[in-house]
Amino acid sequence: MQDRIVDDPTSLTGSDGPLVRLERVSYTAGDTPILTDLWLDIASGPPTILLGPNGAGKSTLLKLLMGLVAPTEGNLEARRVLGGRLPRMAFVFQRPVMLKRSAAANVAYALRAAGRSTSGNAIRDLLDRVALDHLRDRPARRLSAGEQQRLALARALAREPDLLLLDEPTASLDPTATKAVEDIVANVAREGVKVVIATHDMGQARRLGGDVVLVVGGRIAERSATEDFFKRPSTEAARRFLAGDLVLST
Amino acid sequence: MRLSFLATLALALVPIGAASVGAQETSIVVASTTSTEDSGLFKHILPLFQAKTGIDVKVVAQGTGQALDTARRGDADVVFVHAKALEEKFVADGYGVARFDVMYNDFILIGPKGDPAKVTGGKDVVVALKAIAATKSPFVSRGDKSGTHSAELKLWTVAALDPQKDKPDWYREIGQGMGAALNTAGAMGAYVLSDRATWISFKNKDSLEIAVEGDTRLFNQYGIILVDPKKHPHVKAKPGQAFIDWVLSAEGQNAIRSYRIDGQQLFFPNSEQAQRKKAG
Amino acid sequence: MQVNGSTRIVDVGSALDLVLSGDPTLLRIVGLSLTVTVTATLAAAAIGIPFGAFVATSRFRGRSAIIVMLNALMGLPPVVVGLALFLALSRSGPLGGFGLLFTPSAMIIAQTLLILPIIAALTRQAIEDLWLEYAHELTAMQIGPIGRIMTLVYEGRFALATILLAGFGRAAAEVGAVMIVGGNIDGFTRVMTTTIALETSKGNLELAIGLGIVLIALVMVINAATWALRAWADRHAG
Repeated sequence: MQDRIVDDPTSLTGSDGPLVRLERVSYTAGDTPILTDLWLDIASGPPTILLGPNGAGKSTLLKLLMGLVAPTEGNLEARRVLGGRLPRMAFVFQRPVMLKRSAAANVAYALRAAGRSTSGNAIRDLLDRVALDHLRDRPARRLSAGEQQRLALARALAREPDLLLLDEPTASLDPTATKAVEDIVANVAREGVKVVIATHDMGQARRLGGDVVLVVGGRIAERSATEDFFKRPSTEAARRFLAGDLVLST
Repeated sequence: MRLSFLATLALALVPIGAASVGAQETSIVVASTTSTEDSGLFKHILPLFQAKTGIDVKVVAQGTGQALDTARRGDADVVFVHAKALEEKFVADGYGVARFDVMYNDFILIGPKGDPAKVTGGKDVVVALKAIAATKSPFVSRGDKSGTHSAELKLWTVAALDPQKDKPDWYREIGQGMGAALNTAGAMGAYVLSDRATWISFKNKDSLEIAVEGDTRLFNQYGIILVDPKKHPHVKAKPGQAFIDWVLSAEGQNAIRSYRIDGQQLFFPNSEQAQRKKAG
Repeated sequence: MQVNGSTRIVDVGSALDLVLSGDPTLLRIVGLSLTVTVTATLAAAAIGIPFGAFVATSRFRGRSAIIVMLNALMGLPPVVVGLALFLALSRSGPLGGFGLLFTPSAMIIAQTLLILPIIAALTRQAIEDLWLEYAHELTAMQIGPIGRIMTLVYEGRFALATILLAGFGRAAAEVGAVMIVGGNIDGFTRVMTTTIALETSKGNLELAIGLGIVLIALVMVINAATWALRAWADRHAG
């Protein structure tokens, strides 16, 4: 699944460079263009928010970054992080699929998949980080939507990711559950994990964002620091999006 | 979970191996007829033989034609059937070592109590068959190339009729065993030719009764043959021959004679040894 | 129940007495039936589940042909399986050297062949549905082809249990194939269905009905057990 990542130690080296770089990337499903001509660097630092209306291509962009789909055109390069390895990535879906076993066993499965120890301590640490240790023996599919999303986060963290990709993780959650997820994401970001999160919730973008990438109609309409994006949007598309207009293309 | 699954699987495979090993013990396969098996004769005599020799006899009960065919393929060690002409051909073709008379019983013509052909109580089976054909009364034929079937066909020939070829409405070939033929005849109110042993042990007699018996042409001779090891080298000739010797001996013949249902003797031993003994 | 167009009634009560008396011959027949069918079901599961799961989660040339074939073979006529196996296992056949004809092993092989397509085809369907649901999640966790088959089989364990049960039911109820390759040898290869056929032909309808009741009861008990397992799982394993 990493075959699209250019394994070239001379490219994109240096600690200030991006973790992942997209050059001229397009993605077409059949005859329908989903993403067109993207140039995008994802560097370490505070979370990057992918903002945009439904159907703009945010999910597909995340899947491209994860390597779940391959670009139809262009290049996607991953930088080697400290220690000379490629960045580890993890993905949390809008509706994560829980394995039919206990919460603890779901985490253990993710640890095993990542080739890491499945000791009781390792499992407890991860469940503690998402405040689920008291439900460790509960069948995962019996958990509430918010608890399932947190368990999905614990599974993602089991990979010890350098880059954590989240696809609308709170879209189907109530405000309390949303806050619990956002708190965990903020903590993870503070620990140095690069977070990229797709959302159409502008409040969430404000609360979490280091910078915002506005995706409209399969193209990147604007990219700027969160504060600038909301106070001084530099493109017409961004202004109309913030005004609540239906923005279908740039 | 995964481990226990593998363990279960391993356990499950054990009986397969065990069963194959079990088949290699001193046991022989006897291809015989449904009439002998259904009558219960083997249940009566085989334990006596096994107690004496330790040899386990496995009986595959088929029609005589099929039993001979099973033996021809080498899937049985001994054949024990009742169609003398077919048996002699089997030996002549080199599949069997030699054929011996074992015992006989007789065929009887069974009919519905209503007796539409008005044959019940007669002593001439050929006359009865002609009457059945003339009145177009239903008749069930085994139609399975069994000994009983070939005996039936021979009787039709004597009666100068050929319902198997003409296929009249009243003649029903069912292609099944004796018991099934009796069940069908009972259900249809039809006549049927049966061996006496199956008839006596048959539990569902119901609306059926004996129509014709005692005709000498209804004589039913059983023979036994060892499958020739020269044709099929894996044939268990020694235990197979031991079984044949025992069946033909005074002991085996007495065992056959002593088998009774409701006080009626089903089979009448007539091996050469028994005959000689009687004579001497 | 009316039999043979006459007024005779089969006494189901005395049929049950026969069964409940625990007659050793009867117990041996029931025992052999279970041994043969359980073994055949497990053997078919050991081959059919991994194969079905592989077809469900892989893309390769000829895949559609395999699926069509598996679905078609689900309706395999038992007598044809029995006859083909009979010819193969006969001393004059290609596998005659093993001496398996007229043994319980031959019956196990026949039942395995009979239900293997059922288990493989139904597994393929069940696992493919699961794969649609899990594909992205498992790919994101970088689970390989073997790992995902094992994961999906475990995740689908209750659906698969029902599939095994369907296979078990078909194998247990089958008479044509085991009659041909087993030979219905008293005390050796005589199972419930062949005994029912035999006793019916002997006009011994009480015993036949009694055994029929045992057979139906067995299948019902196993169905109930699986249903209970599912219900339990729904409550506990989610």
